[in-house]
Amino acid sequence: MIPPTRWLPMPVLSLLLLVVWLLLQQSVALGQWLLGGVLAILIPVVCRPFWERQPTIKRPLKLLGYFLRVLGDIVTANIQVSKLILDPRGQMRPAFVEYPLTLRENFPITILASTITMTPGTVSAHLRLDGRTLLIHALDVADTRALIDEIHQRYERPLMEIFES
Amino acid sequence: MLDTIIEGAVAFMLIAGGAFAFIGSLGMTHLKDFYMRLHGPSKTTTLGVGCTLIGSLIYFSREDGPIIQELLITISAFITAPVSAHMLAKSALHHKLKPDPRTRGNPVELESDKPRHTIEEAPQGDSPLP
Repeated sequence: MIPPTRWLPMPVLSLLLLVVWLLLQQSVALGQWLLGGVLAILIPVVCRPFWERQPTIKRPLKLLGYFLRVLGDIVTANIQVSKLILDPRGQMRPAFVEYPLTLRENFPITILASTITMTPGTVSAHLRLDGRTLLIHALDVADTRALIDEIHQRYERPLMEIFES
Repeated sequence: MLDTIIEGAVAFMLIAGGAFAFIGSLGMTHLKDFYMRLHGPSKTTTLGVGCTLIGSLIYFSREDGPIIQELLITISAFITAPVSAHMLAKSALHHKLKPDPRTRGNPVELESDKPRHTIEEAPQGDSPLP
Protein backbone atom coordinates (compact mmCIF):
# COMPACT_ATOMS: atom_id res chain seq x y z
CA MET A 1 0.00 0.00 0.00
CA ILE A 2 1.02 3.59 -0.57
CA PRO A 3 1.88 5.32 2.71
CA PRO A 4 -0.21 8.40 3.53
CA THR A 5 1.49 11.80 3.52
CA ARG A 6 0.38 15.26 4.59
CA TRP A 7 -1.03 16.22 1.20
CA LEU A 8 -2.27 12.77 0.39
CA PRO A 9 -3.99 11.62 3.59
CA MET A 10 -5.84 8.85 1.77
CA PRO A 11 -3.79 7.81 -1.25
CA VAL A 12 -6.12 5.01 -2.35
CA LEU A 13 -9.14 7.32 -2.27
CA SER A 14 -7.22 9.93 -4.28
CA LEU A 15 -6.28 7.36 -6.90
CA LEU A 16 -9.86 6.13 -7.05
CA LEU A 17 -11.20 9.68 -7.48
CA LEU A 18 -8.77 10.34 -10.33
CA VAL A 19 -9.68 7.09 -12.10
CA VAL A 20 -13.43 7.68 -11.70
CA TRP A 21 -13.03 11.25 -12.99
CA LEU A 22 -11.18 10.09 -16.11
CA LEU A 23 -13.73 7.33 -16.71
CA LEU A 24 -16.63 9.75 -16.35
CA GLN A 25 -15.03 12.20 -18.75
CA GLN A 26 -14.08 9.38 -21.14
CA SER A 27 -10.90 11.20 -22.06
CA VAL A 28 -7.24 11.12 -21.13
CA ALA A 29 -6.47 14.66 -22.32
CA LEU A 30 -3.92 16.62 -20.27
CA GLY A 31 -6.61 19.03 -19.01
CA GLN A 32 -8.67 16.17 -17.59
CA TRP A 33 -5.60 14.72 -15.84
CA LEU A 34 -4.85 18.12 -14.27
CA LEU A 35 -8.43 18.82 -13.20
CA GLY A 36 -8.89 15.28 -11.92
CA GLY A 37 -5.56 15.46 -10.09
CA VAL A 38 -6.50 18.72 -8.38
CA LEU A 39 -9.86 17.25 -7.29
CA ALA A 40 -8.19 14.02 -6.16
CA ILE A 41 -5.90 16.02 -3.86
CA LEU A 42 -8.43 18.64 -2.74
CA ILE A 43 -11.40 16.40 -1.86
CA PRO A 44 -9.55 14.09 0.59
CA VAL A 45 -7.83 17.05 2.27
CA VAL A 46 -11.16 18.84 2.78
CA CYS A 47 -13.15 15.84 4.00
CA ARG A 48 -10.40 14.15 6.00
CA PRO A 49 -11.95 15.10 9.39
CA PHE A 50 -15.11 13.13 8.59
CA TRP A 51 -13.30 9.91 7.84
CA GLU A 52 -12.64 6.99 10.08
CA ARG A 53 -9.18 5.53 10.19
CA GLN A 54 -8.86 3.49 7.02
CA PRO A 55 -8.06 -0.18 7.43
CA THR A 56 -5.45 -1.61 5.13
CA ILE A 57 -6.42 -4.18 2.56
CA LYS A 58 -4.08 -7.05 3.21
CA ARG A 59 -5.16 -9.34 0.40
CA PRO A 60 -6.45 -7.45 -2.65
CA LEU A 61 -6.85 -10.62 -4.72
CA LYS A 62 -9.10 -12.14 -2.11
CA LEU A 63 -11.18 -8.95 -2.10
CA LEU A 64 -11.75 -9.39 -5.83
CA GLY A 65 -12.83 -12.99 -5.23
CA TYR A 66 -15.18 -11.78 -2.51
CA PHE A 67 -16.83 -9.26 -4.85
CA LEU A 68 -17.32 -11.89 -7.54
CA ARG A 69 -18.91 -14.25 -5.01
CA VAL A 70 -21.24 -11.48 -3.76
CA LEU A 71 -22.18 -10.65 -7.35
CA GLY A 72 -23.16 -14.27 -7.95
CA ASP A 73 -25.09 -14.34 -4.69
CA ILE A 74 -27.00 -11.19 -5.61
CA VAL A 75 -28.42 -12.96 -8.66
CA THR A 76 -29.44 -16.09 -6.72
CA ALA A 77 -30.81 -13.86 -3.95
CA ASN A 78 -33.06 -12.10 -6.40
CA ILE A 79 -34.38 -15.30 -7.89
CA GLN A 80 -35.17 -16.55 -4.37
CA VAL A 81 -36.90 -13.34 -3.30
CA SER A 82 -38.83 -13.21 -6.60
CA LYS A 83 -40.06 -16.76 -5.99
CA LEU A 84 -41.17 -15.83 -2.49
CA ILE A 85 -43.01 -12.73 -3.70
CA LEU A 86 -44.71 -14.55 -6.57
CA ASP A 87 -45.66 -17.61 -4.48
CA PRO A 88 -49.45 -17.35 -4.22
CA ARG A 89 -49.59 -19.29 -0.97
CA GLY A 90 -47.33 -16.74 0.69
CA GLN A 91 -45.74 -19.23 3.06
CA MET A 92 -43.07 -17.05 4.63
CA ARG A 93 -41.26 -17.43 7.88
CA PRO A 94 -39.93 -13.96 8.67
CA ALA A 95 -37.67 -13.54 11.66
CA PHE A 96 -35.44 -11.08 13.44
CA VAL A 97 -32.03 -12.61 13.96
CA GLU A 98 -29.26 -11.25 16.14
CA TYR A 99 -25.93 -11.82 14.52
CA PRO A 100 -22.89 -11.72 16.82
CA LEU A 101 -20.09 -9.81 15.11
CA THR A 102 -16.51 -10.95 15.30
CA LEU A 103 -15.22 -8.15 13.07
CA ARG A 104 -13.93 -5.20 15.02
CA GLU A 105 -13.26 -2.40 12.53
CA ASN A 106 -16.03 -0.18 11.25
CA PHE A 107 -15.24 -0.36 7.57
CA PRO A 108 -15.35 -4.16 7.23
CA ILE A 109 -18.54 -4.17 9.33
CA THR A 110 -20.07 -1.72 6.85
CA ILE A 111 -19.17 -4.00 3.98
CA LEU A 112 -20.62 -7.00 5.84
CA ALA A 113 -23.88 -5.15 6.58
CA SER A 114 -24.24 -4.10 2.93
CA THR A 115 -23.48 -7.64 1.76
CA ILE A 116 -26.13 -9.06 4.07
CA THR A 117 -28.68 -6.64 2.66
CA MET A 118 -27.85 -7.55 -0.93
CA THR A 119 -27.82 -11.34 -0.46
CA PRO A 120 -30.54 -13.98 0.02
CA GLY A 121 -33.56 -12.94 2.02
CA THR A 122 -31.86 -10.81 4.65
CA VAL A 123 -31.74 -7.09 5.43
CA SER A 124 -29.42 -5.71 8.08
CA ALA A 125 -31.66 -3.58 10.25
CA HIS A 126 -29.66 -2.25 13.14
CA LEU A 127 -26.02 -2.21 14.14
CA ARG A 128 -25.45 -2.15 17.86
CA LEU A 129 -21.89 -1.08 18.28
CA ASP A 130 -22.03 -1.43 22.06
CA GLY A 131 -23.22 -5.01 22.15
CA ARG A 132 -21.36 -5.90 18.98
CA THR A 133 -24.38 -7.46 17.33
CA LEU A 134 -26.07 -6.86 14.03
CA LEU A 135 -29.84 -7.14 13.91
CA ILE A 136 -30.96 -8.86 10.73
CA HIS A 137 -34.46 -9.20 9.35
CA ALA A 138 -34.87 -12.35 7.27
CA LEU A 139 -37.76 -12.91 4.88
CA ASP A 140 -37.92 -16.67 5.02
CA VAL A 141 -35.78 -18.61 7.43
CA ALA A 142 -36.24 -22.10 8.85
CA ASP A 143 -33.28 -22.26 11.21
CA THR A 144 -31.76 -19.07 12.57
CA ARG A 145 -28.68 -20.90 13.83
CA ALA A 146 -27.93 -22.17 10.31
CA LEU A 147 -28.38 -18.66 8.90
CA ILE A 148 -25.88 -17.22 11.37
CA ASP A 149 -23.38 -19.98 10.59
CA GLU A 150 -23.79 -19.47 6.86
CA ILE A 151 -23.18 -15.72 7.05
CA HIS A 152 -20.16 -16.33 9.25
CA GLN A 153 -18.60 -18.92 6.94
CA ARG A 154 -19.48 -17.30 3.66
CA TYR A 155 -18.95 -13.59 4.28
CA GLU A 156 -17.47 -12.70 7.63
CA ARG A 157 -14.52 -15.05 7.53
CA PRO A 158 -13.25 -13.89 4.12
CA LEU A 159 -13.64 -10.27 5.28
CA MET A 160 -11.60 -11.02 8.38
CA GLU A 161 -8.88 -12.54 6.25
CA ILE A 162 -8.88 -9.56 3.89
CA PHE A 163 -8.81 -6.80 6.49
CA GLU A 164 -7.77 -8.05 9.87
CA SER A 165 -5.72 -11.22 9.68
CA MET B 1 -24.20 -13.57 -36.41
CA LEU B 2 -22.39 -11.47 -33.86
CA ASP B 3 -25.09 -8.84 -34.21
CA THR B 4 -27.75 -11.39 -33.38
CA ILE B 5 -25.89 -12.49 -30.26
CA ILE B 6 -25.41 -8.91 -29.07
CA GLU B 7 -29.03 -8.02 -29.76
CA GLY B 8 -30.10 -11.17 -27.92
CA ALA B 9 -27.98 -10.20 -24.91
CA VAL B 10 -29.43 -6.66 -24.91
CA ALA B 11 -32.98 -8.00 -25.17
CA PHE B 12 -32.35 -10.52 -22.39
CA MET B 13 -30.94 -7.84 -20.09
CA LEU B 14 -33.86 -5.49 -20.75
CA ILE B 15 -36.48 -8.19 -20.18
CA ALA B 16 -34.73 -9.47 -17.04
CA GLY B 17 -34.41 -5.90 -15.75
CA GLY B 18 -38.07 -5.16 -16.40
CA ALA B 19 -39.19 -8.42 -14.81
CA PHE B 20 -37.09 -7.87 -11.67
CA ALA B 21 -38.25 -4.26 -11.31
CA PHE B 22 -41.86 -5.41 -11.69
CA ILE B 23 -41.50 -8.21 -9.13
CA GLY B 24 -39.85 -5.80 -6.70
CA SER B 25 -42.78 -3.42 -7.04
CA LEU B 26 -45.25 -6.28 -6.71
CA GLY B 27 -43.56 -7.14 -3.43
CA MET B 28 -44.52 -3.70 -2.14
CA THR B 29 -48.21 -4.59 -2.42
CA HIS B 30 -47.93 -8.29 -1.71
CA LEU B 31 -45.90 -8.48 1.49
CA LYS B 32 -47.44 -8.02 4.88
CA ASP B 33 -45.37 -5.65 7.00
CA PHE B 34 -42.81 -2.88 6.58
CA TYR B 35 -39.78 -5.04 7.28
CA MET B 36 -40.78 -7.58 4.66
CA ARG B 37 -41.63 -4.91 2.11
CA LEU B 38 -38.09 -3.62 2.53
CA HIS B 39 -36.73 -6.74 0.82
CA GLY B 40 -38.36 -5.97 -2.53
CA PRO B 41 -36.89 -2.56 -3.34
CA SER B 42 -33.53 -3.17 -1.68
CA LYS B 43 -32.65 -6.25 -3.70
CA THR B 44 -34.95 -6.96 -6.59
CA THR B 45 -35.47 -3.44 -7.91
CA THR B 46 -31.76 -2.67 -7.64
CA LEU B 47 -30.90 -5.70 -9.75
CA GLY B 48 -33.64 -4.66 -12.20
CA VAL B 49 -32.06 -1.24 -12.61
CA GLY B 50 -28.62 -2.88 -12.88
CA CYS B 51 -29.76 -5.26 -15.64
CA THR B 52 -31.39 -2.44 -17.63
CA LEU B 53 -28.24 -0.33 -17.35
CA ILE B 54 -26.02 -3.19 -18.49
CA GLY B 55 -28.33 -3.77 -21.47
CA SER B 56 -28.04 -0.11 -22.37
CA LEU B 57 -24.26 -0.31 -21.85
CA ILE B 58 -23.96 -3.16 -24.36
CA TYR B 59 -26.24 -1.46 -26.90
CA PHE B 60 -24.55 1.94 -26.87
CA SER B 61 -21.05 0.46 -26.69
CA ARG B 62 -21.72 -1.24 -30.02
CA GLU B 63 -23.22 1.92 -31.54
CA ASP B 64 -20.50 4.41 -30.64
CA GLY B 65 -17.51 2.89 -28.92
CA PRO B 66 -17.08 1.70 -25.33
CA ILE B 67 -19.06 3.58 -22.73
CA ILE B 68 -18.14 3.25 -19.05
CA GLN B 69 -20.39 5.77 -17.32
CA GLU B 70 -23.28 3.32 -17.11
CA LEU B 71 -21.08 0.77 -15.38
CA LEU B 72 -20.18 3.43 -12.80
CA ILE B 73 -23.88 4.22 -12.30
CA THR B 74 -24.58 0.52 -11.78
CA ILE B 75 -21.79 0.16 -9.22
CA SER B 76 -22.92 3.21 -7.28
CA ALA B 77 -26.53 1.97 -7.29
CA PHE B 78 -25.36 -1.30 -5.79
CA ILE B 79 -23.29 0.48 -3.15
CA THR B 80 -26.01 2.94 -2.08
CA ALA B 81 -29.08 0.67 -2.08
CA PRO B 82 -28.11 -1.35 1.03
CA VAL B 83 -27.27 1.82 2.92
CA SER B 84 -30.69 3.35 2.27
CA ALA B 85 -32.39 0.05 3.16
CA HIS B 86 -30.43 -0.01 6.42
CA MET B 87 -31.50 3.56 7.26
CA LEU B 88 -35.16 2.76 6.48
CA ALA B 89 -35.04 -0.33 8.71
CA LYS B 90 -33.39 1.69 11.46
CA SER B 91 -36.05 4.38 11.38
CA ALA B 92 -38.79 1.73 11.35
CA LEU B 93 -37.26 0.20 14.49
CA HIS B 94 -37.03 3.66 16.00
CA HIS B 95 -40.76 4.19 15.40
CA LYS B 96 -41.39 0.69 16.76
CA LEU B 97 -43.46 -0.42 13.78
CA LYS B 98 -45.27 -3.66 14.52
CA PRO B 99 -43.85 -6.62 12.61
CA ASP B 100 -46.08 -9.30 11.12
CA PRO B 101 -47.33 -11.67 13.88
CA ARG B 102 -45.57 -14.62 12.24
CA THR B 103 -42.20 -12.94 12.73
CA ARG B 104 -39.98 -14.81 15.15
CA GLY B 105 -37.34 -13.14 17.25
CA ASN B 106 -38.03 -10.21 19.52
CA PRO B 107 -35.40 -7.47 19.29
CA VAL B 108 -35.02 -5.14 22.24
CA GLU B 109 -35.53 -2.19 19.90
CA LEU B 110 -39.19 -3.16 19.50
CA GLU B 111 -40.01 -3.64 23.17
CA SER B 112 -42.36 -0.95 24.37
CA ASP B 113 -40.81 1.57 26.74
CA LYS B 114 -42.69 1.17 29.97
CA PRO B 115 -42.61 4.28 32.11
CA ARG B 116 -39.89 3.88 34.70
CA HIS B 117 -42.16 4.75 37.62
CA THR B 118 -45.69 6.01 38.21
CA ILE B 119 -46.40 9.55 39.30
CA GLU B 120 -46.72 8.55 42.97
CA GLU B 121 -43.34 6.86 42.95
CA ALA B 122 -41.61 9.60 41.02
CA PRO B 123 -38.85 11.41 42.93
CA GLN B 124 -40.32 14.29 44.87
CA GLY B 125 -39.12 17.43 46.58
CA ASP B 126 -35.41 18.03 46.65
CA SER B 127 -34.36 14.58 45.52
CA PRO B 128 -32.12 14.69 42.42
CA LEU B 129 -33.75 14.47 39.02
CA PRO B 130 -34.12 10.94 37.70
